[in-house]
Amino acid sequence: MSGPDRIPPHLADETASLRARIAELEAELTYHRAAASPPPSTLDLTREEYLRYSRQLLLPQIGLPGQTALKRSRVLIVGIGGLGSPAALYLAGAGIGTLGLIDHDVVETSNLHRQVLHRTSTIGLPKVLSAAKALRDLNPHVQITTYAEAFTPGNAEDVIAQWDVVLDCTDHPKLRYLISDACVLLGKPLVSASALKLEGQLIVLNDPPGKGPCYRCIWPRPPPPESIISCGEGGVLGPVVGAMGVMQALETIKLITRPKGKELTQPRMLFFSAAAETMWRTLKMRGRREGCVACGQQGIKNLGSEEEYALFCGVPNAFALEEEYRLSVRQARELVLLGTKPLLVDVRDRTQFGICKVPGSVNVPFERFLAVGEGLPEEIVGLLQEERRDVVVLCRLGNDSQVAAKRLLESGVHGRVWDVRGGIREWARIAPEDGIVEY
Amino acid sequence: MPAEAMAPPAAETKTIPITVEFSGGLELLFKNQRTYKLSVPDVDPSTNAATTVGYLVKHLAADVMVDARKELFVVEGSVRPGILVLINDADWELEGEEEYVLQPGDAVLFVSTLHGG
Repeated sequence: MSGPDRIPPHLADETASLRARIAELEAELTYHRAAASPPPSTLDLTREEYLRYSRQLLLPQIGLPGQTALKRSRVLIVGIGGLGSPAALYLAGAGIGTLGLIDHDVVETSNLHRQVLHRTSTIGLPKVLSAAKALRDLNPHVQITTYAEAFTPGNAEDVIAQWDVVLDCTDHPKLRYLISDACVLLGKPLVSASALKLEGQLIVLNDPPGKGPCYRCIWPRPPPPESIISCGEGGVLGPVVGAMGVMQALETIKLITRPKGKELTQPRMLFFSAAAETMWRTLKMRGRREGCVACGQQGIKNLGSEEEYALFCGVPNAFALEEEYRLSVRQARELVLLGTKPLLVDVRDRTQFGICKVPGSVNVPFERFLAVGEGLPEEIVGLLQEERRDVVVLCRLGNDSQVAAKRLLESGVHGRVWDVRGGIREWARIAPEDGIVEY
Repeated sequence: MPAEAMAPPAAETKTIPITVEFSGGLELLFKNQRTYKLSVPDVDPSTNAATTVGYLVKHLAADVMVDARKELFVVEGSVRPGILVLINDADWELEGEEEYVLQPGDAVLFVSTLHGG
């Protein structure tokens, strides 16, 4: 047991721990050199990006040329709702260089079932900010430009001029014509989609710019304004509008990464119908219309005014019932619950009537009034024949009820006729205890 | 005279089976029924020529549609502008529009534009 033979135990321990520390520091250094420093000139992407995009880089249709094309590209999404949300998610995920988001709306509770970028925690925030937050979290490599404003003839050209590809994810024909016109003027391809209820449509327009048809070539005239139904009126299933938005992202990626000269010559519309036997169909569409007022030989030189676009698409005839035939919810309630017990006719559709109803009300959908043209639907005639009863007409917002009440007045109903201002929505605010909800 | 001799030649009573489909809200004008399997005469009685899609449109408006809002489907005897007509999944503008002669088994799709998003 002599001194020199004995190795002090702390030396071994200390050496081992220092070795471990060196390894740790070396690993950290390697990581920082690889990930944080700008890529060496021989690399097109950062090392982190090669990994991030690995599964699409492996595709022969993408590869490094496709990925760098995506990284160089600038894509504008107009409308960050049911279509814009999934489109933006997949485009950000795929590594688009710069994404532009334009929308003037704020996030609402009724958006969340389908607008998958937004969160319960972002209700009340401008949609573009809610979206930018989620997209940066998904992929910090993507530059995001937000426009928290409406897309109008006033800013359309300035905005669109800065982008390579435009996605129409809006919800009204007047915006669809405006976006298409601006894309024609500025020579940008347009990936246009729409969805309602259980159906969706998608078409790539002005592609290649100056050759492919524009929105006006396909739809020269807007539908009659009274037939324009929004998601807020007609409803829409989340996966339906989501599928269309995902397809927009797909078409955009294809458009950006395709080799030159590989443009489609035959325009096609992708048509989706969740209820049909064949859910997905590809429809063969006409090409550019020579006489098209936007992209035809004459062509447009500048955009119209906001009023011109609104006028072109029309506004439904706003019908106003005379004030003497209109009741407040309070007045209607008193009459129905305590007063002369009039016949309460709810003209919402059967589905909405099934969501909530005023006790004792009967349902005659407004659609039935429209379908018979003049006079009254037979089911309401039957109800009125029973006795001389007063009638109170109720709908969701207090618009259709005015038209239906007018029809009853003109049809010589014996009793008195009123409608209810503000409809079911107002009823839910005034008297939620009746079991009426806002939806 | 035997009854058979009174019967018109079989060729004149031929019909063409086709499928008609409505979408984009147009089904609301047709009793909310998306798909109709129809038999149309192979000769248009008003022209004595082969039955065209133009005949089909008039037939749908006059005999199949019960909704009073005819103007949402036809305007001046033709399909309302803003409705796409697809014959076997191709825009009818590629197929001769109203002049296209119906063939057995044809699928005619009427699409109204959607605007939701």
